[in-house]
Amino acid sequence: MIAEAGLAALWIAAALSLLQLSFAATSLRGAPLGDAVRPVAVAQGIAAALSFGCLTLLFLQTDLSVLLVAQNSHSAKPWLYKFAGTWGNHEGSMLLWVTVLAIAGGAVAMFERRLAGSTLTATLAAQAAISLGFYAFLLFASNPFERLDPAPSQGMGLNPLLQDPGLAFHPPTLYLGYVGISVAFSFAVGALITRDVGPAFARAMRPWVLGAWTLLTIGITAGSYWAYYELGWGGWWFWDPVENASLMPWLAATALLHSVTVLATRDGLRAWTLMLAVVAFSMSMIGTFLVRSGILTSVHSFAVDPGRGAFILALLGLYIGGALLLFALRVSTVREGTTFDPVSREGALVANNLLLSAILGIVFVGTLYPLGVEAVTGEKLSVGPPYFNTATGPLALLLVLIMGAGALIRWRRDRVAAVTKRMAVPLGLSALTFIALLIFAPGIGILPRLGLTLSTGIGAASLAPLWGRNLRRTPLAIWGMVVAHFGVAVCLGGMGSDSAFTVERLAAVRLGEPVDVGPFTLRLRSVEPIAGPNWTALEGQVEVREGSSRFVLRPQARTFTAPPTDTSEAAIATRAGGQLYAVLGRQNEDGRWQLRLWWKPLVTLIWLGGALVALGGLLALIGRLRRENRRRDYQS
Amino acid sequence: MRSAPIVAVLLLRATPLVAQSDLPPAPYADTQIADPAKEAEAKALMETLRCLVCQGQSIADSDADMAGDMRALVRSRIAAGESADEVRAWLVERYGEWVSYEPPVSPLTWPLWAAPLALVILGLFLARGRFKRRRR
Repeated sequence: MIAEAGLAALWIAAALSLLQLSFAATSLRGAPLGDAVRPVAVAQGIAAALSFGCLTLLFLQTDLSVLLVAQNSHSAKPWLYKFAGTWGNHEGSMLLWVTVLAIAGGAVAMFERRLAGSTLTATLAAQAAISLGFYAFLLFASNPFERLDPAPSQGMGLNPLLQDPGLAFHPPTLYLGYVGISVAFSFAVGALITRDVGPAFARAMRPWVLGAWTLLTIGITAGSYWAYYELGWGGWWFWDPVENASLMPWLAATALLHSVTVLATRDGLRAWTLMLAVVAFSMSMIGTFLVRSGILTSVHSFAVDPGRGAFILALLGLYIGGALLLFALRVSTVREGTTFDPVSREGALVANNLLLSAILGIVFVGTLYPLGVEAVTGEKLSVGPPYFNTATGPLALLLVLIMGAGALIRWRRDRVAAVTKRMAVPLGLSALTFIALLIFAPGIGILPRLGLTLSTGIGAASLAPLWGRNLRRTPLAIWGMVVAHFGVAVCLGGMGSDSAFTVERLAAVRLGEPVDVGPFTLRLRSVEPIAGPNWTALEGQVEVREGSSRFVLRPQARTFTAPPTDTSEAAIATRAGGQLYAVLGRQNEDGRWQLRLWWKPLVTLIWLGGALVALGGLLALIGRLRRENRRRDYQS
Repeated sequence: MRSAPIVAVLLLRATPLVAQSDLPPAPYADTQIADPAKEAEAKALMETLRCLVCQGQSIADSDADMAGDMRALVRSRIAAGESADEVRAWLVERYGEWVSYEPPVSPLTWPLWAAPLALVILGLFLARGRFKRRRR
């Protein structure tokens, strides 16, 4: 019953999106239907949410008469993974995707009051057009509610790597951001249709971009930390195509966030901002295609089915091609707006956009190049960290430098000498860091060296906009910028420190035999079998001494039964100076146990920095919304 | 070149997982080279070699048996005095370019390596119109 209700809700949502599209399109042509578009958009969001709610219920009940549940769930799973398992598979994750899309459209219809009426109608038309295509994809190629008759007595289970609290947070936040960017896309399409681009449009678009970008930041940061502790080798970013698929929309959204500020403040970069909005959501869709089509093999690609890949590719071509065509046709009527002085805040923001776009382009080319080469010549090659680090590293460092200086440059026009003077303390700090690194760590690589050098100075420069301000009267938006920029510097420091100073120790030890890593001495005291709800494990008890203090780490080697898989659960101790990371390996035939140990100084800063960046986005969002409300109260 | 995935599959077939885990782990699979400089060189190399039976992982961070065998091979060759480039070339000859995360510089990859510079130049060209000439 629930499955049929879910399917019905999905059909209703699809029908409502068609209705929304036709109402909006006819009202743009003059029919008096404009008022009906908003309620339909809200109803569509509710219908999609209901459909997703039904699927969640099926997973919570482990209803094995539903094919998707039987293939991806198991009655012995803890309830959190039954719940999160709803989106731990292809169909469920696509349903989540389109649900977020529909809810975002409904939210625009309910809350957006700043946008001109016809532009809002055109925006909702674009939003409906996108969701219609993805409803069709679900209904015709990926029906999550398909029944299975006869129902099996037990389900096949969920990939144990996904059985982690991370599954409850990483996909939903990432999707909220990924798909939230669709609002910016639809705004841009709407504005292109009505030719109404200006500061008011930018101010209306900015909170949506900020919100989506913040969630995207949280999603990526959470995903990175999840990979770090779950995979058991201490890595946090590997330039894997699926990681790049989430990074590309983030880079575009970051550029968009800054260009929309220029548009709102100085009425410049009009066409460029529209283009970035189109690119940002295109990257989200391309990311979805890469991850969901089965072109890439990874823990993220749940089902390999070329037919589905072709369907998503066709949707991609339709939406991206359509938006670019509209852009090409209308861009001549959108004047670019004010031009800028090279040494000015807006000049720095243009440099920011240029560098972010170049990095985005490099990641895009590097991610798709092997696919292209294989398609054309049949040769398989890999593009990985050596390429991405070399190609994007220097640009990213330059970007961070401009980020630090940019916030200290005045709008409209400034003098180089004055900016240099304001940057004196940060530059001095960086110089000191550089010298200290030369003396104490002469052997480290060039990128980590420069990263660490910049992180201290730019960290200080990020805080400098608060200098001389009354902190209690400083607008929240400024706080947001300061916190986010500081977060970038913190994150960079963590990355540099991890690459430069990580100590790795692989050891085969007998019980009680001491092994040193960094400032710690570890002893494996015992290895005991333990059992969880759907796994058994060997748990090592590792006693750690650091000077006079002492603590215990409990790494596990787990064996899951459904599906049968071995995973290692790393034990991580967070200290003030970094993290100690321990993994229990196999037992050798001479009875000694394999231990993999890492001491990673300041590695925690990577995710702390990411969290600060997201917090900055949140503060700016709250600040902007409060200011809008105050302005509206004042006007009425 | 096309044979790379086939080789990987054959290797998988040839060593059933059950039998494999009964074998003693290859020396150097999870044992570091005594000389820290050589270990660092081997580690840097291993981070740029693809584990052929995994889902987008390097051999430096994979639990797969084949990754362990490849780590052992890399460490023993580096310990015996071979350079990282020689070991990489040897592996590429065996498994194809797929195994190396560092794309080769060849006519096939010139566009890839030229892309960063081309993108920056294109960006500068596009940004040029946004600025006004400075009058002094």
